Formats: sequence, structure tokens, C-alpha cells
Amino acid sequence: MHYVIIGAGPAGVNAAEHLRQYDPLGKITLLVAEDVPPYSRMALPYYLADNIPSEGTYLRKEPGHFESLKIDLLQGRASSIDTQAKRITLLGGDTLSYDKLLISTGATATRPPIDGIDLDHVHNCWTLKDADKIVASTRPGSHVVLMGAGFIGCIILEALAEREVDLTVIEMQDRMVARMTNQVMGNMIKDWCVSKGINVKTSTGVTSIEKGTDSALLVHTNQGESLPTDVVVCATGVRSNTAFLDGSGIDIDMGIVVDDYLQTSVPDVYAAGDVAQGRDMSTGEYHVQAIQPTAVEHGRLAAHNMVYGHGVPHPGNVNMNILDTAGLISTSFGLWMGVEGGDEAEMCDRDNFTYLNLQFRDDVLVGASSLGMTQHVGVMRGLIQTGCHLGEWKDKLMKAPNRLSEAYLACAQSQHKALGPV
Amino acid sequence: MQKSLHIDPGKCTGCLQCEAACSLVNEGAVNPSKSRIKVFNFHDEGRFVPYTCTQCDEAWCMQACPVDAIVLNPENGSKDVLNDVCVGCKVCTIACPFGTINYNSSTGKVVKCDLCGGDPECVAACPTQAITYVDANATGLDKMRAWAAKTDNAAGA
Repeated sequence: MHYVIIGAGPAGVNAAEHLRQYDPLGKITLLVAEDVPPYSRMALPYYLADNIPSEGTYLRKEPGHFESLKIDLLQGRASSIDTQAKRITLLGGDTLSYDKLLISTGATATRPPIDGIDLDHVHNCWTLKDADKIVASTRPGSHVVLMGAGFIGCIILEALAEREVDLTVIEMQDRMVARMTNQVMGNMIKDWCVSKGINVKTSTGVTSIEKGTDSALLVHTNQGESLPTDVVVCATGVRSNTAFLDGSGIDIDMGIVVDDYLQTSVPDVYAAGDVAQGRDMSTGEYHVQAIQPTAVEHGRLAAHNMVYGHGVPHPGNVNMNILDTAGLISTSFGLWMGVEGGDEAEMCDRDNFTYLNLQFRDDVLVGASSLGMTQHVGVMRGLIQTGCHLGEWKDKLMKAPNRLSEAYLACAQSQHKALGPV
Repeated sequence: MQKSLHIDPGKCTGCLQCEAACSLVNEGAVNPSKSRIKVFNFHDEGRFVPYTCTQCDEAWCMQACPVDAIVLNPENGSKDVLNDVCVGCKVCTIACPFGTINYNSSTGKVVKCDLCGGDPECVAACPTQAITYVDANATGLDKMRAWAAKTDNAAGA
């Protein structure tokens, strides 16, 4: 049995390790696109902030880790797949046959179609090479314009702030991290950034970028401003890496369409991680979640199903995020925006940048978001994923949302079988 | 032989000596807010429930770590954070559905119970044997269920 995995991010690496665990004798080939050992994009901001060396971003630290598990790393990129012949063609023309295939090619940062977006000194921050370029071109006092205060933008923002650059953030939405915050929380994050000396322009779009005379670049906005800057970092969005699947017969929507076994529309071909449009536990719908815990769980589940066949369908993953925006920590879980006919409990201390919002359907917690909290935040996942009935604790939480951990201890712990592994 | 913490909330008086001992030994100062074991006070019911990591077999934190900074200690089964590898991304703190791995903003790293390397200070500090260190024959999940049942009863829910 030859298992081939395309893409060596967290989903691919976890899948490879679990394939080895479940099938000690199978041949496993892990296709690595970039010319560096498998690394974690999540760790790049810490590299950018000079907290770790580039090796600190590697997914596995033990020398010889993959060799010891007899996982063959092959450097290359897939250019097409013939799913009838079960054969992958690589850029350069080599071919690779498989019995079972996992696609975990992740996503790629995109740039908006505006004039000047491809000029020198405009960078994405997505790959280790991108991070290297930003590190090389910025120093304390450098002027940097960051386009996009979404999830990735905010993580980079933290790293750029730590590099002590003079930072301006431009976001088209009316608040920061709109995909994980309501109006109150998004604006509290903005207030925090402003208090840290970061210039934040929400409801603002970049219309064009041109070469400057006194500065490297001049950034024009739809508010009529022209901002001189040394560097532009573009964090406006990502796109699943599926272009090489044209003509393969594999169904694509926003990502690769998968069933509850993470199999694609083609038998023996699976998808996992940021490229897969997997089931969301909270909604039952299929979305690209693009988060580390889901990538890891996808990798393990796909490996299980590739080796043992299709047993129990997967109920889906809880969408969740944790973000450190220049030292202010925010989280969101599940249906943080609430549900129709549901109840909401909110606790807000603007002066101390503390916020907690709980969303209920009947007496079940279905979503939560927080700001400025670092202790026991995981119980929000525990309560949502177990779907436990809170009973009298619902009323207690409506009055005092910060008694979450107690509610969890009282109600959810015994139901943790719902969280069991595959 | 693998051992694990056994918590009997019915014996806990809420003296918080476990928190003091944990923070003193692991953080160098008596500071309950930095303790890896936390005693929850169910003041409606006059009950106390000590709570910390059960070193579960699923190890959600370890699985979710993007940089291999949480490792299995083969000696006692604990899942230990490698401080010099942890980048402080905090993903483990949302991945752990028990909420027992937490971010310490003063160090920029996450912290969790590591059983003090096999000699847990909370056990030594507990005057009522509400926290004991026992042979771990059961699996992580069985441990969790058994303990959870006790927790539930103790909390009167």
C-alpha cells in the first residue's frame, strides 16, 4: 500500500505520522513544496518578532524524525493528478503513483487587484521566505503599512509591533478581526491598538500603491489619504491551493469538497486541513475553517479512514480562534455570533479591556468569545463540543458569565466521552 | 509505574495550600494566580473543587501544538511543555477542552501541570489528602470519567 500526501503542513505531517501508526508496513511519501523542512506558518510571527530562529518554526524538532518513521519526504509540487490512473505529475514532469492519496496543500496568500500591488517592498506574510523578506527590510522606526486587520493581519501586527516599526493598519471592514469579533469586541481591540501607538484605519481601503520620492512607497486610500511608507505588508486574504486539481474530477467549492470521512468526490482521494471544506460541528455545514486544531484533527481522521475504511462519520470540528493583538488576547468559539431565538450573556469592562460573551441555544452553550482572558479558556470548547445541558447553570451564567469554569466542572466533565478520539 | 493525581473534592477544605505550593515551586513565588492547580469555590454550595490537568491520553494540547513544544514524559505519562521551544501561540489553550493549559503573559509561554516531574508539590501540601498521587492503571478517559463523576457529585449538580 502506497500512501501519498501532498503538502507538509500540520494536516499532512499529522496524517503521515498517524498513517505510520495505523499501518506499520505501508509506504508513505510526503510531498514537501517548499525547500525547507516541514514548518508551521503559525510560528512565523514569532520568527518575525525575533523570538525564535527559523528552525524554531519547524513542525518536528527531533533530527531524523521522519526517517525514523520511514516517512519519505519528497521535495516537489504536484502539477496535476490523473485519478483514473492514480498518478500524480510533478512540476518538472516526474510522476508518482499512489494507492491512497491525501491532499493537504493548504492555502496561499492572495493580493487584491489594485495598481502597484506587485511593486518591490510590497510583501505577503505567508511563507518562511516572505517572513525573511520582511525581517530584512524592516528595522525599528521603519514605516510599515499593513493591509488587512483580519486574523492573519493581527498576528503579524503583533510581530511588527515587536519589531518597533511605525505601523499603520488599514482595514476595509468597520472593525478589527470581523470574522471572530462582534462590534463591541472588534472596537475594543482597535482601542487597544491605538493605545499602543498603532495607527488603525477601519472602514478604509487601499486604492493604489505607487513608488514614492521621499519614501519607497506611497499608499493611497479611499479616504483621500496618501501615506508614505518603507514597506507594505499585504494580509487581505488567502485562497485554497486547488488549481492543480483542474481536470482531476475532484469537486472543488471554496476548498476541496469532502464527505464526513474526509474523502473527496473521487474514491481513495482524501483532503485535510486548510484546503478541505470539512464539516463544521456547530452548523453542520461545510466550510474551510483554516485553523490549526482542525488541520491536526483532519490529518488524524483522514489517516484513520484511509487505513481502516469508513466507520463512524465525523460530526465535524468546532471552529475556534485565539489571537494575540499586540498583547491583548481574544478568543472565539463555535457560534460566537449567536443563534436565532438564542440567549446572550455579556460581561464588558472597557477600561480594563476585558470582555466575555456567551451564546446559548436553550440551555446549551453554542458559542463564546472573550477578550483579555487567559485562564481556562479551553472550557469554552469543552462546553460547546459536549453540548451539555447546563440546567440551573444557564441562569447562573446569564447573571455571571465569568463563572464559566465552575459551570464546566459542574456540568460537562462527565460528558467528555463525546470528545473521544476516532 | 505511571501514577496520576487523584482528586477527592469531598475532602477539600479550600485552604489553597496546593495553589501556594504549586506556584512557589514552579513559578518561584507564592502566587495562586500562577498555580497550575486551581481550587474552584462553589460558594452557593459551600464546596471546593481542586482542578488541574489529568494528563489525558488524547493530549489535545500536544496534538495541537504547531512547534512540537509539548512532549510526553515517558517516566510518568505527563505531557510537559518545553519552555525553550514554546513560541506562545496559545493554540493549545483553546484546543484543550478541559481548559487546563493556560497562557502566562509575563513569560509569554503556556503552563500546565507536569506532576512536578513525579513528585507533585500539591499532594505534599494538601493537609486533608484531597489530592493524592496514585498508581494510574486506568486509561486517561476512564480516569477522567471517574474523577468527573466525583466532581459532579461534589458540585451538587
